[in-house]
Amino acid sequence: MKYVVSFGRFWWDFVVGDDWRAAVGVVLAIGATAALAAGGVAVWWTMPLAVALVLYMTLRRATAP
Amino acid sequence: MTAGVFLVLSAFLASAVEMVEALTIVLASGIARGWRSSLIGMGAAVLALAVIVAALGPALTVIPLNALRLVVGGLLLTFGLQWLRKAILRASGFKALHDEDAIFAKELEEARTAERLERGGVDWYGFTLSFKGVLLEGLEVAFIVITFGSTQGSIPLAAVGAAAALVLVAGVGVAVRAPLARVPENTLKFAVGVMLTTFGIFWSTEGAGGSWPGSDAALFGVLAFVIALSAVFVAALRRRKRERFVTADVRA
Repeated sequence: MKYVVSFGRFWWDFVVGDDWRAAVGVVLAIGATAALAAGGVAVWWTMPLAVALVLYMTLRRATAP
Repeated sequence: MTAGVFLVLSAFLASAVEMVEALTIVLASGIARGWRSSLIGMGAAVLALAVIVAALGPALTVIPLNALRLVVGGLLLTFGLQWLRKAILRASGFKALHDEDAIFAKELEEARTAERLERGGVDWYGFTLSFKGVLLEGLEVAFIVITFGSTQGSIPLAAVGAAAALVLVAGVGVAVRAPLARVPENTLKFAVGVMLTTFGIFWSTEGAGGSWPGSDAALFGVLAFVIALSAVFVAALRRRKRERFVTADVRA
């Protein structure tokens, strides 16, 4: 059990890292992009916009006094 | 062609950064605990990594390309944003710069003071230190080679970038036998964060069913956007850091 937890923790740290909210933001953005694309909307702009927002929020949190 | 060049360059840069860090650990282990145990540990880790790449690489090629790009794009974006976030925080002074000399000194001190336990003529601490260092740093390289390569349809091309980095870092490491502190590691990490985020944006959009104006050539546009965005954040955070410093100075 200990090894399973360590293995899971390693992959969590590896992919998600310090701010899990950023990972959630990425997942939500991809979901929204897929939904818009399914509705026939041109979606090339959605992920760049989402990245700008996610980066802004995660940096703001990291530098908060 | 565009994506191919990006692929080799990204795999090369990411691998070089990780290999410089692995080299520091192997050097500390070799100097403090003996080269035999350190090199056996490194060899075992390289073997384990080769098995992981050989097993996962072909398995990923049977997944439909759009599904693969969606998952890999999302993973790369999450992973890349971590790199970019840390790089922006380092460049703006909110996080300490990565110092290979300091890390080497710390690893060396710990390795020198650790208890000696031999198994089959191999010093266990030296073996484990070297094995873990190379395996953990190498896993990031394997992750990048497999994900970049499979999504772009060419794992061998990504492997070429990683192999070139291995030859360069190992060659220079053997020649100087010291941590590669002169490598502009913080700049390289910034570049890798930008590359990972660029590929993440590009592939996750395609995987989600979107398409880019200009197809693969749009990678240049995404790259320019990520660089500009990072520069804006670095400038804004540097200003904020200065303002806080001035405010603290006035209060004092």
